[in-house]
Formats: sequence, C-alpha cells, structure tokens
Amino acid sequence: MSSPLLTAQQIVKNFGGLTAVANVSVHFDQNELIGLIGPNGAGKTTLFNLLTGVTPVTSGAISLYTDQGVQSLNGKRPAEIAQAGLSRTFQNIRLFKELSVLDNVRIAMTNHYQEGFLASIFRVPKFYRTEADMTLAAQKLLAIFDLTSVADQPAKNLPYGIQRRLEIVRALATKPKLLFLDEPAAGMNPEETADLTRLIRQVQHDFHITIVLIEHDMSLVMNVVERLYVLEHGALLAEGTPNEIQHNPAVIKAYLGDEA
Amino acid sequence: MQTFGQQLINGLSLGSIYALLALGYTMVYGIIKLINFAHGDIYMLGAFWGYYVINQLHFNFIWAMLSAIVFCAILGVIIEYFAYRPLRHSPRITALITAIGVSFLLENGMTYLFTANTRSFPQVIKTVTYHLGGLRISNIQLLILGTACLLMLLLELIIKRTKMGRAMRAVSVDPEAAQLVGINLNHTISFTFALGSAMAGAAGVLIGLYYNSIDPLMGMTPGIKAFVAAVIGGIGSVPGASVGGFLIGLLETGVQAIGLSAYKDAVVYFVLIVILLVLPAGIFGKKTKEKV
Amino acid sequence: MKANFKYNIFWLAVMIIGFVAIDACEFLGIINAFIENMLVTIGINIILATGLNLIIGFSGQFSLGHAGFMAIGAYATGIMTQTIATPLGFYLSMVVGIVIAMIAALIVGIPTLRLRGDYLAIATMGAAEIIRILINNLKITNGAAGLFNIPPLVTWATVYVLMCLTTIVTVNFIHSRNGRAIMSVREDEIAAEAMGINPTRWKLAAFVFGAGTAAIGGSLHAAYIQTIAPGDFNIMASIAILIIVVLGGVGSITGTFVAAIVLGALDTILQNFGTLRMIIYSLALILIMIFKPSGLLGNWELSFKRLGTHQRKEQSIHE
Repeated sequence: MSSPLLTAQQIVKNFGGLTAVANVSVHFDQNELIGLIGPNGAGKTTLFNLLTGVTPVTSGAISLYTDQGVQSLNGKRPAEIAQAGLSRTFQNIRLFKELSVLDNVRIAMTNHYQEGFLASIFRVPKFYRTEADMTLAAQKLLAIFDLTSVADQPAKNLPYGIQRRLEIVRALATKPKLLFLDEPAAGMNPEETADLTRLIRQVQHDFHITIVLIEHDMSLVMNVVERLYVLEHGALLAEGTPNEIQHNPAVIKAYLGDEA
Repeated sequence: MQTFGQQLINGLSLGSIYALLALGYTMVYGIIKLINFAHGDIYMLGAFWGYYVINQLHFNFIWAMLSAIVFCAILGVIIEYFAYRPLRHSPRITALITAIGVSFLLENGMTYLFTANTRSFPQVIKTVTYHLGGLRISNIQLLILGTACLLMLLLELIIKRTKMGRAMRAVSVDPEAAQLVGINLNHTISFTFALGSAMAGAAGVLIGLYYNSIDPLMGMTPGIKAFVAAVIGGIGSVPGASVGGFLIGLLETGVQAIGLSAYKDAVVYFVLIVILLVLPAGIFGKKTKEKV
Repeated sequence: MKANFKYNIFWLAVMIIGFVAIDACEFLGIINAFIENMLVTIGINIILATGLNLIIGFSGQFSLGHAGFMAIGAYATGIMTQTIATPLGFYLSMVVGIVIAMIAALIVGIPTLRLRGDYLAIATMGAAEIIRILINNLKITNGAAGLFNIPPLVTWATVYVLMCLTTIVTVNFIHSRNGRAIMSVREDEIAAEAMGINPTRWKLAAFVFGAGTAAIGGSLHAAYIQTIAPGDFNIMASIAILIIVVLGGVGSITGTFVAAIVLGALDTILQNFGTLRMIIYSLALILIMIFKPSGLLGNWELSFKRLGTHQRKEQSIHE
C-alpha cells in the first residue's frame, strides 16, 4: 500500500436543485494510474472541476498530502491548486491557440522562474539567462514528446491528435504531482489511441507522477490503469482493479442496461 | 416631501428619454453585440427632423413625431446596411470603431450643414403647468411620460407577439440556429435597427419640446448616459433598458436636488460601477458561465 | 546572447537615425513650429496608444478609460512644475504622476477587471469620467478652467527619447515571462488558471503598466502644450487613443506607430479643410475599418530578429 497523494472525502456538489456529485470519496496514491469511468452525465468532469477548484464544492473535504504535511484544497482558487501540484487537460482542448507551441509550454512554467520585473523590462543579463533556462527546459520537454519540429507553430495550426499531446506536455510543464486527463483519446483514431497509451505509460514512468484519467475508450482504460472508479448519476458505483470492474454486476448493469 | 415629489416627476420625465434611447442600444447589442455609438446621433437627427417639419412644413406635433419616427427608422436601416453589415464577421472592436466613425460623421455632417449653433425648437404645444397639491407638472412632461410608456408597451408587444419579434429573439440567442430554421438574418437585423432608431427619433422630438433647444452635438452625452442605462439594466434586456433609463433619470435629478449637480455624472458612473460589481451582467442580464 | 545584442544594436541604430534625421530637418529649417507640433503630438500619441495596446491587444481587456490616467500625469506635471520650474521638477512630477496613476489603476482595476468585454469597457470609461469630474471640481486643479502657463520644460527631443524608452520598456515587458502570462489570460482564462497563472494578477499587471505609460504621455502633453483643462481628458480623448490602437491593428506595436503617424499626418493635412476636416476624417475611419477590418497591420510586427532568421533559412535552402 503506497502513501496517499490526494483524498476527497464525501464531496457534494449541487447546482441549484440538481445534485451533480453526491457524497463521493476517492483517494489517489503516489505514482498511481487511476481511471475514472461512467456513462455520459455521470459527473466525471464535474469531479475534475471540483478537485481542481474550477467549481467550488458544496461540502466535503479535499486534502493534498505533501512533504510538508496535509494541505486542505477547499476554497482555493484554481491557480493556487495548480501551484500546489495539480495539473489537468480539458475535454474540449483549451490551448493558447494564437501562441506558439513553445510559448504554450513556457507559459506553464511561469511560476518556476523569477527574473524580477525590472530585470525583464530593462533586459539585464539575468533576464537573458532566465529566459534561456526556461526555453531550454521547454525545448527538452518538447523533444521528449516529439514536438520539436512544430515548436514555432501557433498551437491552432496543429492536427487534433498533436494538440491533445501538446496539452499533456503543457500540463507536465507545471511540474505537477498529480495529472488529470479529461478524455485524452476523444476523437482519436485507433492508431493515435495506441500512441496515446504508450505516451501515458511513459509519462507516469519518466515523471513519477500520479495520473487520473477520464476515458470512454475501454481498451485504453483497461490497458493502462491500475485501479478504477466508476461513477453513475453523480455517485460512486464501484471501485477496483480493471479485472474486478469488468466482472462487477452493478457496473455491467449500468453500462448495458437491465437485459444484460 | 413636496420637493421629493417634484424631483420624482422631473426624474421620470428625463428618465423616459433615457429609457427610449437605451432601448435602441439594448436591442442592437442583443442582436449583433455592437455598441452602436451612433445611436445618440440618430436621436439628434430626429430632433432636427422635427424642427424642420414643424418650421417649414407646419406639421403639428403628432405628425412631426410620426414622421420623425419613420425618418429615423429608415436612417437606422441605411446606416446598418452601409456601415455595419460589411463588418458582421469582423472583430467586434472594429465594428465599434466604425460606429464611432459614423457618429463623428453624423455630428460633423450636421455641423457642416447647419452650423454648430444651438437652435430653439418650435413650441408646437403650448406649455401648460398644472398644480397638483403643491406639485408642478407640465403637459409636456405628461406627454413625454405618456408617449414613452406607450412606445415601450408597443415595443414589448412587437417583440413578444409578432413573427418579427420572435425572429429577433431567436437571432439574439443564436444567429446560426435561427438561420437554420429559416429566419432571414439580414431582415431581422434591419428590423431591429429600424425599431431602435424609431424610438430614438421619438425621443429626439420629445426632448426638443422639453428643453426647447437642439444642436448637432446634443446626442453625445445622452447617448453615453443611455448606454450606461442599458448596461445597468442588463444589456440585451428590454425591460432592463427601461428600468435603467428611469433609474439614471431619477438619480441625476436626485443628485442635482441635493445640491451636488457638479458631481451628477460622477454619481451616475459610480452607481454603474457598483451595480456591475454586484451584478456583473446588470439588473436583468443573465450571467453566463463558461462550460469547462 | 550575442545575437540578441546584435538586434538590440540594430534597434538602437534605428532610433539614433530617427533622432538625427529630425534634428537635421530642424537645423535646416524644414520643420516649422507647426510640423514640430505635429511630430510631438504623434510621439505622445504613440506613448499613449502603446500602453493601451498592451491592455487591449495583449491582455485582451477592453479599457475605455485611458484618458483618465493621462489626466493624472498631466495634472501632476501641471501642478508641480508651477512651483519647481526646472527640468528636475518636470521629471519628478512625471514620476509622481506615474505613481498616482498606477495607484488609481489598482483601485479601479481590482474590482472591475473581473468584468468581461463591454462591461469592463463601460466600467473603465465610468472610472475615467469620475477622475475627470473630480479634477473638474477640485481647487488644486483650478476646476473647469484648467491650468495655464505651465513652464515649457519639454522639447521635441524629450518627447522622442521618452517615446523610445516607453516603447522599449513596453515591448520588453511583452516579450518576457510576464508578457506571455498576460497573453495566456487573453487566449484562455480557464486554461491559464489551470496552469497556475492568476488571471486577476496578470490582468492587473498589464492595466497598471498601461496606466503608468499613460501618465508619461499626460506629463509630456502638459509640459509641451502648456495649457490643460479637464475637457481635454474626456471620453472622446480615450476614444481617440482607442482609434489609434484599432486602426494600427490590435496586438501590433508596429501598427500603433504606423496608425499614430498616419492619423497625425492626416490631421495636419486636413487643417486646411476647415469644417470639412472632421467629415473627411470620419469617412476615412469608416472606410479603413470596412476594408481593413483587422487594422492596417493586423498583428504583424516588425522584427529584425525574424528578418535575420528568415535570411539564414533562405541561405541554407540555397546552399
């Protein structure tokens, strides 16, 4: 049993009279690859939004375990949560479209460099040094994911699959401890999905981070994840290894209906 | 109490002018998301039209008003056709600058043709002041309030009950989807400009009667105030524009009444900012949240 | 590093050549008081519009209140140089103006920058009007009459040097970690936030920076024109700066330069047309917008660095 990284205890989210997430408790451990599945409208993305602070929880506790101890993420702004080490991608790709691929990655590194305001506007040598460091780090990251050749292109010009990949690279540039991937294989062909599967494994292996993945593509999910949570109607339906989930009668019923 | 009542009457009269103008802003914004900067100048042209037909053609008030409404409606459609339609798919800030250009053109064109001098508006209706329990209220004030309320009611009926009104509402929600169900986008937008400009034309004749003076730059400040009124009410919302207009009219007269007339506009803007901070989309505006 | 140095030398050379050219024309008597006035106005407009372009084009926040911050700079200089009528006094007053304008921008920006699009525009316009109305009613600013006989502590050369300085500083700001963070908020606020970028903080940074440069423009205006009144800083003044930004191309500093020069020259040429002047001006504005909807230069930027790399690429193709 590895040590926990992020726990959410009995979180609830109400939109008006509608309960989108009902009393869900999850825990993500260090260096784990977890899947989050469920039918459309089950509240998967809402759960991501709650954990990353995009929407505040109605009740419940979210805690991050760091070297300095346990830190509550309740009521924190998304930017603070990102700085604490949670990063994400989006279901409908949200790149900085007009900016170059290199800039997309460098922007994600903003908080890791500090050249000072005056240094930047008066271009003292320290500015050039910081800038060079930052660019080098970004280029290294791009090289790992085979994006060097498009580094100067505006992000909007990239093909769909590459945009998804860039979004993952950008999220990694924030040096996260935990990475949320929201349907990374959506709209991809089988070949691209196979690439993505390799990519996700590689990220977890090379960067030693925890990855949580929302995905509808069962071949991808069952292939890469170590543990799964199944959501239905905003509530937790099941938890277990891919094998356990595949044989769980409640999950089969939720996915295939009563006849199954 | 008496002064309060008196200020209420004055505020409502001024407010109904702002409300009529604000309706034009809000309808145009609702449908093509453009701050029609030239709207205040349409109101100026309405006043000049009234001045001309009363003086030269000896129209009575009703005919002057109706002809000004028609004239301004046509003008609004023409301006939209030449200046805004080519920019429908351009950045919104470009359309805004074009609207500012149109405003400059109308103001300076009129200055060129009629000089910048102030003219006194012919008083086709003899002012009669009624005394009601210590309150003074003129027939002109009643006329302004009455006409404004009538026009607003009419507008509400057009928007809610007619086919064109339904098309307007459809386009303001989703232009593409509206086109898919067979709504003619160009006609609907032209109609919106016609309606909005008609209201401004009516307001122009009314203000001429009320203040008795007109000049080519008279549309500038009320135009901006009316836009502020539309924003306070929630831009895009028709009842919001009326409420915002009356609110600003009352606020202005109220601040003047307590002896702070030098700070009249500052108070209006301050209230604007405070309202926006509490209700970022105005009083009747819908707050939209981006889906993640 | 060495390459950067080379491009910086290029730019420095361009600036020196510009200065020498104007100086030579002054010496040869080609530039009379009228043309000098035009050049100074262009210079001040460039300072003002560059700052506004940072706010509108790069941070994506629609501000309609630039003249309010300009007024603060102008009045700081107008008031202070009447007691300290020395060049030092002028620069001191400019610094005071910048600081006050930045504080005012913080006070205005912290609450209003949460608003979006046109709501922000209208709120900033309101804030600028409040500043103007305060100036209109204060004793120290001499109310609606304004200030006269401000000591002439500014020459065209001062304006030129300050124009270069503010442009360099603004462009450096844009092409740095700061500028990229600001642009990311413009591109996608939600994504920027998920990358740890605090949108309010960076929007505010651009807004306050822009307000500071507006104050510089205001100081120069006051000391060069020598007369200021609250009416000089009304909504129409803010709109005039906005027109330069949009006409040049939102997001292009080069475009801002071109638009300021074109409009300045147009204004001077049209002086002879009397009342027709504004009619021609407004028609030109409408036509340019219809035929060039993204401004004269779009978001194109003159860059020696790009020219350099372009040439190198071509060479490698030929080799």
